[in-house]
Amino acid sequence: MNVSRRGFLKLAGGTLAAAGIGASVGVKSAHARPSKIRYAREVPTVCPYCAVGCGIIAHVSNGKVINTEGDPDHPINRGSLCSKGSALYQIPNNDKRLSKVLYRAPGSDRWEVKSWDWALDKIARNIKDARDKGFVRTNAKGQVVNRVENIASLGGAGLDNEEVYSLVKFKRALGLVYLEHQARI
Amino acid sequence: MTNHWNDIQHADVIMILGSNAAENHPISFKYVNLAREKRGAKLINVDPRFTRTSATADKYARLRSGTDIAFIGGMINYALQQGRIQKDYVVNYTNAAFLVNPDFKGPADLDGVFSGLNGNKYDKATWSYQLDENGVPKKDTTLQDPNCVFQLLKRHYARYDMETVCKITGGDSKEYEEIYDLYTSTCSPEKSGTIMYAMGTTQHTYGSQNVRAFAVLQLLLGNIGVAGGGINALRGESNVQGSTDHAALFHILPGYLQAPKASQQTYQKYLEDNTPKNSDPKSVNWWGNYPKYATSLLKAWWRDVDPEKSYDYIGKYDDDVNYSTIPIIEQMASGKIKGLFCWGQNPAVGCPSTRLVRRALAKLDWLVAIDLWETETAAFWQPEAGVDPASIKTEVFLLPAAASMEKEGSISNSGRWAQWRWKATEPPGDARDDLYIMSELVHRVKHLYEKESGVFPEPILSLSWDYAKAGMDPSAHHPDPREVAKEINGFFLKDVVINGTAYKAGQMVPSFALLQADGSTCSGCWIYCNSVTDTENRLMRRDNSDPTGLGFYHNWAWCWPVNRRIIYNRASVDLNGKPWAKDKPVIWWDGLKKTWLGDVPDGGGAPGAVHPFIMVNHGHGQLFSPGMTDGPFPEHYEPLESQVPNLLSKQQESPVIARYDKAVQEKVCDPMLVEGAAACVFGSPDKDRFPIYCTTYRVTEHWQAGQMTRWLPWLGELVPHMFVEMSEELAKEKQIRNGEVVRITSIRNQEGILAHAMVTPRFKPFTVNGQTLHQVGMLWHFGYKGRVTGAIANDLTPLVGDANTMIPEYKAFLVNIEKVRR
Repeated sequence: MNVSRRGFLKLAGGTLAAAGIGASVGVKSAHARPSKIRYAREVPTVCPYCAVGCGIIAHVSNGKVINTEGDPDHPINRGSLCSKGSALYQIPNNDKRLSKVLYRAPGSDRWEVKSWDWALDKIARNIKDARDKGFVRTNAKGQVVNRVENIASLGGAGLDNEEVYSLVKFKRALGLVYLEHQARI
Repeated sequence: MTNHWNDIQHADVIMILGSNAAENHPISFKYVNLAREKRGAKLINVDPRFTRTSATADKYARLRSGTDIAFIGGMINYALQQGRIQKDYVVNYTNAAFLVNPDFKGPADLDGVFSGLNGNKYDKATWSYQLDENGVPKKDTTLQDPNCVFQLLKRHYARYDMETVCKITGGDSKEYEEIYDLYTSTCSPEKSGTIMYAMGTTQHTYGSQNVRAFAVLQLLLGNIGVAGGGINALRGESNVQGSTDHAALFHILPGYLQAPKASQQTYQKYLEDNTPKNSDPKSVNWWGNYPKYATSLLKAWWRDVDPEKSYDYIGKYDDDVNYSTIPIIEQMASGKIKGLFCWGQNPAVGCPSTRLVRRALAKLDWLVAIDLWETETAAFWQPEAGVDPASIKTEVFLLPAAASMEKEGSISNSGRWAQWRWKATEPPGDARDDLYIMSELVHRVKHLYEKESGVFPEPILSLSWDYAKAGMDPSAHHPDPREVAKEINGFFLKDVVINGTAYKAGQMVPSFALLQADGSTCSGCWIYCNSVTDTENRLMRRDNSDPTGLGFYHNWAWCWPVNRRIIYNRASVDLNGKPWAKDKPVIWWDGLKKTWLGDVPDGGGAPGAVHPFIMVNHGHGQLFSPGMTDGPFPEHYEPLESQVPNLLSKQQESPVIARYDKAVQEKVCDPMLVEGAAACVFGSPDKDRFPIYCTTYRVTEHWQAGQMTRWLPWLGELVPHMFVEMSEELAKEKQIRNGEVVRITSIRNQEGILAHAMVTPRFKPFTVNGQTLHQVGMLWHFGYKGRVTGAIANDLTPLVGDANTMIPEYKAFLVNIEKVRR
């Protein structure tokens, strides 16, 4: 179809007018349109920010979190959330999330993508080498101390209880004494 | 929190200080407002800045950063002078009547210090009680003996008169008088007052004593253990309570057991040192059970090893050495620490003296960061950090982690409620949950030691690590958090009969009262024992019914210890078991059934049978606390960096704080360390170059070191810039207009950082000792990574910590501010 500019506007206007009629006719159908969370699975969670411990419901559809909102049944927040809790949706839906194992070689100016196997083996090797080299059997007083002073571990306040418990168990079994987390700061 | 969030609704007076709860714990205000609507409760707020919390308060007063002990000390003095104390509570439930060693002397006698000061350490021999022949403290229940705690307390705080207090804090005496009158009105047995605090209280060189001052005040007013009372730390990270309970800290093991010291060479010696004895039949002395919990922990970690032996597996720390975060920074900078793990922590932004921290990271051989995002810590080698990558030899692993909704497990809130979170979705791409990552590392390190042997391999080879998902091959590495939760709770390791009841091996231990010292039980964290039963994981409970109407919600999730929602609740009733407050009882005694009703009671037995504070040796709330490093009574000192002399004594700063500035200079270490640890102390000529008090604070829209909010578009848009807030007076003096870019410097960072000036009337100059002092506040959350970026506030903060805990002094230090001329 050969359409002049004037003709195009006329045509477009006609389409818009038709759309307008469509919209007015469609009020009912807009009402009836199912909410996007209607068929979603509801998964209760707790806010990962401060320690008030507000309940949040995540709506999941086709494996994706499609909505998050305050849990009305939760006895602390009763559905309310602050700005951080309200923004939780953007954590699972965020293109800046890390999704690959990254490695930066000494002196390099870039990250390289690696496999889990490669990275975990190399880290395990680093742990063993440092521990074997730096293990302190006795201190200056000759007391048996069986400790590792050349590896430190920070963090845990953002982990689940089951994780942080396991972390402490793991690090203590290695003999670490420099074992700390956010509560200290 | 001694109490919990919902309980705030029962308070008659709420005092918020060292916290901006309306901004940083907004949902707590649901209950602050409920108390005001339902009970006509009043809200007090005391803060250096007029915050969102101040805006809603009935009474607001100012104080200069770091002068909380002067303010609270003044209130304690007021309560004692006006007789505003709950007398029966004080006499029966606190150590007010205990007679103290007559050789004990305090700051009133020794011009600012306590007896026993030797260099920068106290010999605490005189901080002791006069004991009877059974080893029980002697008491004077008339509270008249000059050596009783009550009289010593009175004498100590008599120095905190209104005039002196206001001179120190820069506050207004009329406002203080009104607040003192209002808050101490909760001494009435029917009334309760709560204190809500956060890091404005703790992040000082005397932060622990700030909290102690609250404890003294609350005990005098009879506000501990009661509904609407308590000392309530508003904790800042979703599971910082849980990670403290499970002891990711150098000095403790799970459940607040002590980490072993080098002087404790045998398990027996360790148990002896940590198991207090008490011959007072009314003292429950709960820590007398220590061996049961310690042995059950060792059996959870090394199931098949005798505890005497597995005790050797845990590294012992040298008795006189500190291994906390500030020393970690120093040890990294000195090149002694070679490898560092960061599990969701961002020390390049969140630690003190972060410029030093980033330089120290460059001394590592390797760094492993496990996070959702590329953090400043993981990226410390990049040009954005102001360095040349080629010069940094550290190898860095950045492992993508699963977020909270992408895995399952529990977290513990400030009120000690451990709540389960279910998995909603898979993590993105190759990201994995932290439990998987650490479990893989355990198996791989185990495998290396099996294959190659190595130094002292036994603790690793014999470590119990069998968290296979139900129905899966146990050798497969799929840790199941539900299995870990069972180990945390603890289970029987053999068939036993206790008090006539038979328990089979593998059954969950129903409560920590049944844990054993003979190796027949394991429990990874005794305070969580009772959280998982044979039939139910109580962390998953979602019954929000409230049958008592008091807001305990006993069937919602689970709370440690043993689902007790208000701890020390034994102090909420009189000696006959009658609640002090009839309209908001916590527990009450049913004389017919001979049982306690209401919340889970603290300690057993009939009313009056036991002293209420079951976790302290003598069973009494401690007005006098000999366990502290820096004195049994809180005493005002100035922050390490201050413009004014201590107006109360000649002791300028706390005499026992770890002075890294001095230590580092004396050792003539690396110049980088000397600079990073430098302090602008009172009396030094540097003081005039940095005349402005600075504090750091947070906003609703961002969180901690920023990695969880600066990557989110919605939150980044709300607060997109780093700013420094200052008074209109200071801005005028410095010719700075709102929004302009200014440079802020401290002695540790004389190049300074840039931030937008936010000029508000919320800060006002203080007049202290006739001197006009300005205070400014910097936003905590910014860094060079994220969708929104900005300068790091901690590039300016000092490397000095609290005398008891080593929490850094983030809240009071000296800076200078200049307009950036373009």
